[in-house]
Amino acid sequence: MPSDLAPILVADRLAKAFVAGQQRIRALDAVSFAVAPGSITGLIGPDGAGKTTLMRLTAGLLVPDAGTIHVFGLDATRDALTVQASLGYMPQRFGLYEDLTAQENLDLYADLQGVPKGERANRYAELMHMTGLQPFVNRLAGRMSGGMKQKLGLACTLVRPPRLLLLDEPTVGVDPVSRRELWEILDHLVTGAGMSVLLSTAYLDEAERCQDVVLLHEGRLLDRGDPGEMSARLTGRTWAVAAPERCRRRLQMTLARIPGVIDAIVHGDAVRVVTAMEGFPPALATLPEMADSEATPVPPRFEDIFVDMLSRHATAAHVPAIPHDTPAHDGAPVIRVADLVRKFGDFRAVDGISFDVRRGEIFGLLGANGAGKSTTFRMLCGLLPASSGHLEVAGHDLRHSAATARERIGYMSQKFSQYANLSVRQNLDFFASAYGLAGAERTQRIAWAEEEFDLGRYHDHLAGDLPLGYKQRLAMACALMHGPDILFLDEPTSGVDPLARREFWQRINTLALSGVTVLVTTHFMEEAEYCDRLVIMASGRILSLGEPATIKAAARSPEQPHPSMEDAFIKLVEDAA
Amino acid sequence: MRSMLTRVLALLLKEFLALFKDPKSRSVLIGPPLIQLIVFGYAATFELKNIPYAIYNEDRGAISRRLEAAFAGAPSFHRVATISAAGEITPLIDSREALLVIHIGQRFSDRLLSSDYAAVQSPLQVLIDGRNSNTAMLAMNYVRSIVDDFNREWMTERGLPSLPARLESRAWFNPNLESRWFFVPGIIGMLALIATILVTAMTVAREREEGTFDQLLVTPLRPGEILLGKALPGFLIGLAQGTVILLITVLWFGVPLRGSVPALYCGLALFLLSGVGAGLLISSLAVTQQQALLGAFLFMVPAIILSGFATPIANMPPFVQAVTYLDPLRYFMTILRKVFLEGAGFDVLASQLWPMAAIGAATLALAGWLFRHRMN
Repeated sequence: MPSDLAPILVADRLAKAFVAGQQRIRALDAVSFAVAPGSITGLIGPDGAGKTTLMRLTAGLLVPDAGTIHVFGLDATRDALTVQASLGYMPQRFGLYEDLTAQENLDLYADLQGVPKGERANRYAELMHMTGLQPFVNRLAGRMSGGMKQKLGLACTLVRPPRLLLLDEPTVGVDPVSRRELWEILDHLVTGAGMSVLLSTAYLDEAERCQDVVLLHEGRLLDRGDPGEMSARLTGRTWAVAAPERCRRRLQMTLARIPGVIDAIVHGDAVRVVTAMEGFPPALATLPEMADSEATPVPPRFEDIFVDMLSRHATAAHVPAIPHDTPAHDGAPVIRVADLVRKFGDFRAVDGISFDVRRGEIFGLLGANGAGKSTTFRMLCGLLPASSGHLEVAGHDLRHSAATARERIGYMSQKFSQYANLSVRQNLDFFASAYGLAGAERTQRIAWAEEEFDLGRYHDHLAGDLPLGYKQRLAMACALMHGPDILFLDEPTSGVDPLARREFWQRINTLALSGVTVLVTTHFMEEAEYCDRLVIMASGRILSLGEPATIKAAARSPEQPHPSMEDAFIKLVEDAA
Repeated sequence: MRSMLTRVLALLLKEFLALFKDPKSRSVLIGPPLIQLIVFGYAATFELKNIPYAIYNEDRGAISRRLEAAFAGAPSFHRVATISAAGEITPLIDSREALLVIHIGQRFSDRLLSSDYAAVQSPLQVLIDGRNSNTAMLAMNYVRSIVDDFNREWMTERGLPSLPARLESRAWFNPNLESRWFFVPGIIGMLALIATILVTAMTVAREREEGTFDQLLVTPLRPGEILLGKALPGFLIGLAQGTVILLITVLWFGVPLRGSVPALYCGLALFLLSGVGAGLLISSLAVTQQQALLGAFLFMVPAIILSGFATPIANMPPFVQAVTYLDPLRYFMTILRKVFLEGAGFDVLASQLWPMAAIGAATLALAGWLFRHRMN
């Protein structure tokens, strides 16, 4: 066990606060933990948990308000220079020079780190072999994909082998294939070179790949330990409930309201349930709605433990009522895409794709960076004209009546782009008017938005000062202000904590049940499971289109009898290449 | 139609809220214009005061003393040195200690007193620092008038016939030739242009940078409505700022406003229209606020220099003069000076109004076209 050795990093009641706008934010609040050498320790938590602050404190770039942090037995604050000499730090946006080639970037960092000229050739060869970037050494960094950039960033951080490697969200914006490769590199560094790694991530599934995790939420330490042992605590409390004859979204909503159920999410064909107690609650089994359903125990995942912990602290989330009238899914298509092409110069970002989205459907667009999903999405919202092909949204051809079509759509982007220096109320007022609402209808819709999204108490706050979860709510309130037929969501939950994500999907489900069509892009493979149907895109083409279960089933192989969405995605991309 | 009005009004309201809630943009709109007004009102002047000069008098006679006294008594001149050798001249002028050196030759008094003075005339040499040609010319004129006075006095005292022609000048429009009267009205145009261009050029770029522009584009607001909503704030702010500076010009600096105020405002409106057009053109091309700011300065600096604000257009080489016809500030500068100093009305100004209308229409149309075609 690595824990027999002296810890390489010790944080003792570490605290740090920042002043942002009118508020004082406690980025870290009395956090204590230790990192064992020769292992990967994961700092796990959503945006705003304090991960980056902790990284910067470790690297001696910030001075703590209280507490101490020791790295290699030295005080990281007072002996910052000594500590930094044996530390490798890759911040979220690593400083690659986009106008330099991969090789020139490496040379630059080797110069900065003072790597002797004689040692460079060997080190470069080793790094390029490890990252698989050898064929691309002469490519400009700016021309590389997100995954390649991250690997190059990692190589630059490693030009002089550090004892402790700090990686701040290295897998954000990286496609699943590159993500898997990055993790293989890290495993190799730890087992092969005996390096210690401290890595932060907002992806909870990555926790399972760490030897040790530190769970942060809003600056507080929730828990720490071996991720396997932590999830094991939930053994006997996780189930997959399937009811073939019932609408799975209705089933999920029914299950979510039952006392004793901590978590219920749509997962492929079934609804994944986490119960508060061990064993399937008898109360659940005897419910009339559950007559034809079947509950099978499934192994717990790391996300379950996080949700379990958070739900104990959190106040009861707003549970929307289940809408009664359920229009049929298989109505007429509300979005029609046929032979859609978008060229940028000679480059075909979208290369002749066709699909239909039906009314009340949740439709997903999945793909790595550069696959063409964002371009497709922007064309569908009318933000980008198509080069050729047919595009029809809510019965309007976007070529001729884009403005009329826009009256029928709502749009929410991952940046939650409301006006940061306007108050919540001013934002609502503006978007209500921009959608042409006036008089009593306007007053009523604004009141609805404040009530439905619990925005009343932040009425006069600037939108930019809101907590992330509320920014997301405001964005959604603005997007739904005019009661659109179609809702476009561009990576709507990146960075928000799992509870906020669940609450968000809860609302999306309700909307879909009441007949709103939802089109969503996501890079969370988990979220793809919530969709009715989805397309997987690569290099501007559709690799696969269908229900999540069908797509997963197609990836089934003797080695992988139960492929996850990520496995299916990787297989599709690799087969296409 | 009504819903369009609602949408544009909402956008307009939002623009003003965003502009005035941000302490940075608020102070940019209020502080710098006032500072510039003060700087130009008080500091930018063609008049020379305290011209540093030195006397190199080789004559030492009583008459040369009188000439020295004439300079000493002139309020615009300030003696910094008295030289006794020719070698001292160069360092004085090189170091800018003296702008000019008055060299009175050895036989200055002798020659004046000789009976046949008209044939031999007494030479008086002025050595002047010509590095700033404008200043040198002005200083020369001052020297000339002092020497002229000296001559005239000398002649009357001796009962000599006066010079055949005597220059008597009356400055029309600006009797005391106050350069402030020339400069300050021009500032109205310059500052209104800066405010308008900055506000319009930055507004779209700021939204692009913060990612709110997409959100705006997916609302039913049509490109034309967005354009209108983005154009109006700059226009209104330019109008307000122009009015404030106009009032300061008249009430504080006391520059007479003799012409037609409606004509002036008609000019201001058309001028701001072309400013807004240029601002929108910049903002439809700029992706970041930095680019927008650079673009704004790339437009404003030539616009101000080519407008004749400080240097007369007639002195520029012909092809540069041709370029000035594209500069809306050129026409407005003319209008300002004509209305303020000449008392002009619509009849005189029509020839200045239509080019601005044309420039405004062209830039706005181009900006609208770019807006539609640069959505990617």
